[in-house]
Amino acid sequence: MSTHQPALEEQKHALPVRLSHWAMAFAMVVMIGSGWRIYDSEPVFEFLHFPYWMTLGGDVFVNLARNNDPGVAAALLWHFAGMWLLAVAWMVFMFWGLVTGHFRRDFLPVGPKSFIRDFIAAATFKLQHKLGEYNAVQRVAYWVALGATALMLISGIAIWKPVQTYPLETFFGGFQGARLVHFLGMSVIVGFMVIHVALVILVPKTFVAMVLGRATAVPHGAATTKTESV
Amino acid sequence: METNLPFSGRRKLLRAGFSLSALGLLGGCDLTDNDPVQKVLKSVSRWNDQVQAAIFNPNALAPEFAESQAVRDFRYNAWYGADLAPKLSASDYRLAVAGLASNKKPWTVEELYALPQVSQITRHVCVEGWSMIGKWSGTPLREFLTRIGADTTAKYVGFECADGYYESLDMPTAMHPQTLMAFRLSDQILPNKYGYPFKIRVPTKLGFKNPKFVTTIFVSNQQPRGFWTDRGYNWFSGI
Repeated sequence: MSTHQPALEEQKHALPVRLSHWAMAFAMVVMIGSGWRIYDSEPVFEFLHFPYWMTLGGDVFVNLARNNDPGVAAALLWHFAGMWLLAVAWMVFMFWGLVTGHFRRDFLPVGPKSFIRDFIAAATFKLQHKLGEYNAVQRVAYWVALGATALMLISGIAIWKPVQTYPLETFFGGFQGARLVHFLGMSVIVGFMVIHVALVILVPKTFVAMVLGRATAVPHGAATTKTESV
Repeated sequence: METNLPFSGRRKLLRAGFSLSALGLLGGCDLTDNDPVQKVLKSVSRWNDQVQAAIFNPNALAPEFAESQAVRDFRYNAWYGADLAPKLSASDYRLAVAGLASNKKPWTVEELYALPQVSQITRHVCVEGWSMIGKWSGTPLREFLTRIGADTTAKYVGFECADGYYESLDMPTAMHPQTLMAFRLSDQILPNKYGYPFKIRVPTKLGFKNPKFVTTIFVSNQQPRGFWTDRGYNWFSGI
């Protein structure tokens, strides 16, 4: 009974972080779902079509019957509305992270050495999760997701306005090159989202923190210490 | 019947197990006019029209390409097959002029083809995502608008077509130096399926803003409709 209480692990998220996080999450689902419907009307890769039930834009057959259009019009409406939300949310998240020092404190430092170390630990299930502290793999993943989103915004502008922003598209190897980059950026973000959501399911308190702003956990190993001392 | 369709579609989606549409938040993605979600999306689309008009630079030229990059077998695209394309004859055809123009005399193919002409090798960008470079020749639309005494301070130029299509442009785009009444594709008189006797070629707009088989050109301050805009596509659709 004489054990002192170990300091609780704590994760906190400021309101602007939570709001812009969830706005980006919603916007990404909209952009990816509608993007897949748009993609299907002229696939970048012949062998890859997205099943329509995975895409956003309404029932294909209802749309075809009504408008002679497989819901691409509706998907474009979603896409060109979602882009504003995504752009604003991304800018708020970046601005907040850079100005308040959130990125410097929590996403840095990061380097190849710590990444490889933590990656190997994670792959062999030896990586301990500490609530409120990001390991090197997480830090890299967040930078990649934020960078890929920036790439999506810029390549998206090149596809939306190839003439008005010319020669922006040449940076991506032309208009079709910009479409390819837009597709690859999407793939990276989908990969991030799958892993991100899977890890949140494994550590549900991170979800609580991102919704309510704060969550605490008893540190790993603390429970064992307790049992021994009883 | 109409109101039942979205629900059967919904059941289909739910049966499919996982669906983005089934997330609830995104429910009601059908293009029904009474759907509040669609109302919001359509008002964003109209706002996007204004944003695009502001972005549009009337002096910026669409990139032009080398003759060797121009495709000779241009992709045919319409909601009907090429064999169903209207077959207009030079002897019967007349281009009507309507609206805010002082000279409403109809034009024959011969008169149109006698207008001063320029050539451009520009890229056609389809809303679906494909793009193709072609060589078009014809009269700048602004040259024609001057000749018909069009009120170029009006807001819109509209087009009606022999295949039932209809489209419209904002005046700054109609006056853009690269907006043509294209009589030729790859140096050949515009083949029937591509819109004989001419199509409106607008390299600063998506492909569907390039109407073919034009039979009426009119000038108006009321925003004219567009065939695909009536089916949910954004009206301005600048690129």
